[in-house]
Amino acid sequence: MLLEISSLMIPGMITEVIHMGERIITFSQALCEGVLEEMLRDERVITYGEDIAKQGGIFGAYKCLLGKVGDRIFDTPISEEVIYGSALGAAMAGMIPVVEFHFADFLFTGITAITNQIMKMRYMTGGQVSLPIVLRGPDGVAKSAAAQHSQSIETIFMHVPGIKVVVPSTPYDAKGLIKSSIRDPDPIIFFEHKALYKIRGPVPEEEYFIPLGKAHIKREGADVTVIATSRMVHEAVKAAEQLSKEGIEVEVVDLRTLVPWDRDTVIKSVKKTGRAVVAHETWRRAGWGAEIASTIYEELFDRLEAPIQRVGARNVPHPFSPPLEQFMIPKVEDIVDAVKRTL
Amino acid sequence: MRFGWEDIPKETLVWMYETMVKIRKFDLAAEQHFLRGEIPGFIHAYIGEEAIATGVMANLREDDYITSTHRGHGHMIAKGADVKRMMAELYGKKTGYCRGKGGSMHIADISRGVLGANGEVAGGIPIAVGAGLAVKFRKSDQVVVSFFGDGATNRGAFHEGLNFAAVYNLPVIFVVEFNEYASTAPAREMIPVKNVAVRAAGYGIPGITIDGNNVLEVYETARMAIERARCGGGPFLIEAKTYRLKGHFVGDPELYRDKREVQEFWKKEPIGRYEAFLLKNGILTKEDIEEINERVDKMIEEAVRFARESPYPEPEDALRDLFVDDTGYDY
Repeated sequence: MLLEISSLMIPGMITEVIHMGERIITFSQALCEGVLEEMLRDERVITYGEDIAKQGGIFGAYKCLLGKVGDRIFDTPISEEVIYGSALGAAMAGMIPVVEFHFADFLFTGITAITNQIMKMRYMTGGQVSLPIVLRGPDGVAKSAAAQHSQSIETIFMHVPGIKVVVPSTPYDAKGLIKSSIRDPDPIIFFEHKALYKIRGPVPEEEYFIPLGKAHIKREGADVTVIATSRMVHEAVKAAEQLSKEGIEVEVVDLRTLVPWDRDTVIKSVKKTGRAVVAHETWRRAGWGAEIASTIYEELFDRLEAPIQRVGARNVPHPFSPPLEQFMIPKVEDIVDAVKRTL
Repeated sequence: MRFGWEDIPKETLVWMYETMVKIRKFDLAAEQHFLRGEIPGFIHAYIGEEAIATGVMANLREDDYITSTHRGHGHMIAKGADVKRMMAELYGKKTGYCRGKGGSMHIADISRGVLGANGEVAGGIPIAVGAGLAVKFRKSDQVVVSFFGDGATNRGAFHEGLNFAAVYNLPVIFVVEFNEYASTAPAREMIPVKNVAVRAAGYGIPGITIDGNNVLEVYETARMAIERARCGGGPFLIEAKTYRLKGHFVGDPELYRDKREVQEFWKKEPIGRYEAFLLKNGILTKEDIEEINERVDKMIEEAVRFARESPYPEPEDALRDLFVDDTGYDY
């Protein structure tokens, strides 16, 4: 499936404060730069998947690699189980595979190689081997991509133990987190929201890393904490700006990684505000927000001023027709309403 | 014997006999102690199939890779694993290969290139292909052998794996241990072709069907396929016909097959056949054979004793070995 990238642009998504003289690049460029730097640094890093080596990926996220890393980028047959499973074998035999999953939806077509093999091998063997594997690729709602090209399934990988889950929201984070992921000795699944590839933001020329498990407070506020990831961070910031006009100050916490997730930052924030909303694009029912909410209840039950609210997609597959899709996915208004329900 | 066994060094011929005996006796002991309730979980005996692991592994170096199956004790032993640590793993002990976290079905010795037994049918195939990719990128002359059963050739991973290995000309040898049964399902009912070796042709890979109960035939075929792969000749499929003399798992009621069929196949089991060959050709004497059997018996007894006497892991050890650094996770 080919998508017109410009059709995925969501206006007004720049949430970083941009200073004079800073380099501004897209999420795609930042991500690609991170992969390229690591490939040039370490010959063991190889990258493969469907539609990446000739065209730079279905959304162009890999264009910067073309012609720069020789045969260490290559296209594969459409064979997801062996794409993911071979990453495990390659890692066990000393390589650092960075494998593209094309669409998060197609993780399901090869998922056994991930959940039954990659995520269990180190544990099953009693720690005999470290597995530096990165599975990366697009997820999330695009415009009318319908039920098999729109899903966000990060919760599944948070639920089954054995992989670290990364869900960046900005160009800066994409680069810092992909570099940390490639250098990490354990398996990582890295979700890039389709609607974020074209957003722009400041990314320094100098090398930097973002550690896994460190949330980022996008916006400070004293009244309500909104915990989000990926595209929903941008929606949460927009909701916060609207609410600010009504005198409600929202603190937006971008978790950035779900395994591990930054419990300390979340607890500290909710201690301050006494109110919390969790917001994700994946389905509301048993979405990862429920885990965060439960943890907050366990730790701060007597400090909460109101029940925690959850924002997520309606519990149906992604419909095709634009009004149906818009109804199904969570939006800024849903976050605004959820925040108000805590007040 | 169809092949020129005279070219095989005597020490290899003897090693193959001893290895087959070791596999047989290990699994007989595992079966016995499982039935006595000493070994938890499930075990799957390789009894009757020893010639395949042995004949293939006689051609591998320590730095070559293999992937194994749920019926994997034979592959580990033939690749040189320590039977004490193996038995300890079956017992769930701390001194086992996987510190008690894997058991029989997930036993592995990465340091010897055993990239794991596997609880999933065909689960090792994509892993083997990935190891093949690594070898190719490192421009080394290592090879990878993936063992699996006839049931695995009906899984997508088999077809994806063969295609992938062929597309990139990877040094992977696929060995089908065609033992007639996928759990309770007879191959004659589930596989519409007589020989699954023909499936290789669909991927441009040579496929050959051999008598998997003849260790010399396995040895010669594997030698050719492995040498070919080492020199960049690419993947190869060997279908080794054998028979699972025991149930799918120890304790299997075996309601799906006739006992007489099993008895018939006992007559073709590989160790007796090979022993007769060795005696007839004066490679080993009766005394040599007795000596080997006694030595292996002691080794297996020692392994059982070691397993019994070893401590269990601490319960809290369940929370280790998921990640390289396990601190700070919400286990």
